[in-house]
Amino acid sequence: MGRGAAAFYDLDGTLVRTNLVHAFLYAAKNQQGLVKSVVKTAFTMASVPLFLGADVYSRRLFNDVFFVRYKGESEDRLRYLADELFDNAIRPSIFPGAYELIDKSKRLGLRQVLVTGAIDFTVRPLAKHLGIDDYVTNRLEFVDGLATGRLLPPVMAAATKASWMRIYAEKENLNLSDCYAYSDSMSDLPMLSVVGHPTAVNPDFRLRGTARQHDWPILDLR
Amino acid sequence: MRERAPKVYRGPVPRHKEDDQVVYIDTDSAPRVMFSGEDLLVEDLPVGTRVVYPKPPIEGLVNPGAAIRYALNHPLGTEPLYAQLVPGMRVTIAIDDISMPLPPMARPDVRETILEILMEMLAANGVDDVHIIVATSLHRRHTKEEMRRMAGEKVFKAFYPDRYYNHDAEDPDGMVQLGVTSHGEPVNINRRAVESDLVIYVNVNFVPMNGGHKSMAVGLCDYESLRPHHEPATILASDSYMDPKASMLNTKISRMGALVDEHMNVFHIETALNNRMYAGQTAFLAKNEDQYTEFDRMKLEAMRWSLSKMPPAAKRKLLHSIPAPYQLIACHAGKTDLVHEKIIERCFEQYFVNIRGQADILICGIPFISPYNVNSILNPLLVQVMANGYFHNMYRGKPVLKKGGVMIITHPCRDEFDHVQHPSYIEFFNRLLPETRDAMKLRHKYEEEFAHNPSYIEMYRRGNAYHGAHPFFMWYWGENGRQHAGRVIVAGAQNAHVPAMLGWDRAESLTEAIAMAKSIVGPSPEITMMHHPPMVMMDVT
Repeated sequence: MGRGAAAFYDLDGTLVRTNLVHAFLYAAKNQQGLVKSVVKTAFTMASVPLFLGADVYSRRLFNDVFFVRYKGESEDRLRYLADELFDNAIRPSIFPGAYELIDKSKRLGLRQVLVTGAIDFTVRPLAKHLGIDDYVTNRLEFVDGLATGRLLPPVMAAATKASWMRIYAEKENLNLSDCYAYSDSMSDLPMLSVVGHPTAVNPDFRLRGTARQHDWPILDLR
Repeated sequence: MRERAPKVYRGPVPRHKEDDQVVYIDTDSAPRVMFSGEDLLVEDLPVGTRVVYPKPPIEGLVNPGAAIRYALNHPLGTEPLYAQLVPGMRVTIAIDDISMPLPPMARPDVRETILEILMEMLAANGVDDVHIIVATSLHRRHTKEEMRRMAGEKVFKAFYPDRYYNHDAEDPDGMVQLGVTSHGEPVNINRRAVESDLVIYVNVNFVPMNGGHKSMAVGLCDYESLRPHHEPATILASDSYMDPKASMLNTKISRMGALVDEHMNVFHIETALNNRMYAGQTAFLAKNEDQYTEFDRMKLEAMRWSLSKMPPAAKRKLLHSIPAPYQLIACHAGKTDLVHEKIIERCFEQYFVNIRGQADILICGIPFISPYNVNSILNPLLVQVMANGYFHNMYRGKPVLKKGGVMIITHPCRDEFDHVQHPSYIEFFNRLLPETRDAMKLRHKYEEEFAHNPSYIEMYRRGNAYHGAHPFFMWYWGENGRQHAGRVIVAGAQNAHVPAMLGWDRAESLTEAIAMAKSIVGPSPEITMMHHPPMVMMDVT
């Protein structure tokens, strides 16, 4: 029997306008207590330049400085807020073209897989909404129901995404040469490089240049 | 008075000149000017070379507006347009896209003139539910500015973007199947057009392949409906596809178009333009070089010098920005076949030149433009379609080139593609052509993969990209030229790998290419040069 194929999608900036910071801001804004909400929101907003700088330097560094902000958050509350976050923030931010892209992709018989650095509980309702078959996300570490500010391995970023896809393809009997991958960020270059049909979606400046150099399609779903 | 003895001619036997547009190169002939992409070459051709020039432009109609109104009021085979209009009815106007004419015509574009007349007539008859669709088929979406230029400011402002838009062959809710022909060909057409009480098709007929049933059955169809005729066997059976009577492509499209006419009320407006491609400072380009004035030569040298100093992108920008002062020479309206027959007749009158005998070597200068790269790059696949496709097919009767002869083209053949307009071409060229150039194999193994590639579909729908299947059509378009010519040599190609990928040979210069060709067809070949542009087609006897 022939091997199958899949479409691998990055999430933030590729299929939805929101990103990790939006999700965290939502949690910050919905703290128990007005003062706590205001302080946490302001602190997060003030840290945006730091996040941006870290992300430009490396996704791994970004993860280190960003996820520590979750330290002390209650697991129950984060999970509780996830559905609300999806309805109020994520669903309206899905790019109009994302639905069509996934629909056309399904018609080709491709398995739909999200490979994202977002947190698992924020991705779950979205994956269900988009009809995604499988997803791999980052997961926060919780001790006694409270976030430690660390991520459980494997941390989904850069080359880890590509390694995960290789293992997944082997396990699911997929031919990576027939697979598609979509991302908006230069940090996902490894993920795009391991498939036969890479596409830069709403790409940042660096990825746009790289995509042009490699003659990859450049797509705008916005 | 003493009678003078008849003069005895002792020189070489003069060739019979078959048409006023045919010139034979002599020892004192001027060098010929030919395009090589965005550059102009000046080449000395071997003595005896036959150069075929386009006919001079037929005089344009003095009052195009009156001619259009007359056509609408005196249609062929149907009621005048005003008599078909009922207040409250739903009307869709479909217009040809900017792939014709080339280069885009100076304003007002003939489409603008027709649309403004139609809008007055529709409004005067209480018809408000009007949409204008650019019949792009699987061509790229036009940009806002291109649409503004085509329809004119007045219509654009009133209709864009809600009621003036591009056809979308991939809109899941936007297509309707009208039926299937007796040969099993599905006819899927734009839903808005199908659900209209009246469709008015505004055509600009630039090559005899276009217009007629092709307007509706191709312009507003989808991939599934193109597959039956945009394929290698149909192209091979079209001898040539510029001659509707001998074209299998035309036969199939007409069969599908008949189904359109059976189910829909279509009022065709077809127009023919003359070939007045150049005017003013560039008018010399359409002249026989032997008749150049000193001023023409100065302008030529100035143009060549300027182009030689500019980077390719700037040259492209400059050349694409020079509109062509085409003029309307005929307009007819009414039922598909009756209208098309009249227009085609006028096109033939403008384009066809009689020549006697085929050539061993055919020389063509490939210009910077084709129907598929308006405001873009003539990439290697499009160079291929110009050579093996369009230029090979510019004949009725017999091909200009003998079977197995050598076609020489001039083009730099840069490995350069437009990522916005031609993304699927890049993959086709770099991934598929190294594996095979066999059109049948490409169609069966890869065409559907490209056609259904979600990225290419989204780029076609949301960006300005040609459909994923389009590079395949371009390859098939060159199929009969590819099968017919024994060899294609690119003179002046800047690299070896592009010609090699296309299955062609490379030569440093035209002189070297002719020498290479002679080693294949023999030392005393019949050489013909097609002096493009403007366009010339040949009746070969």
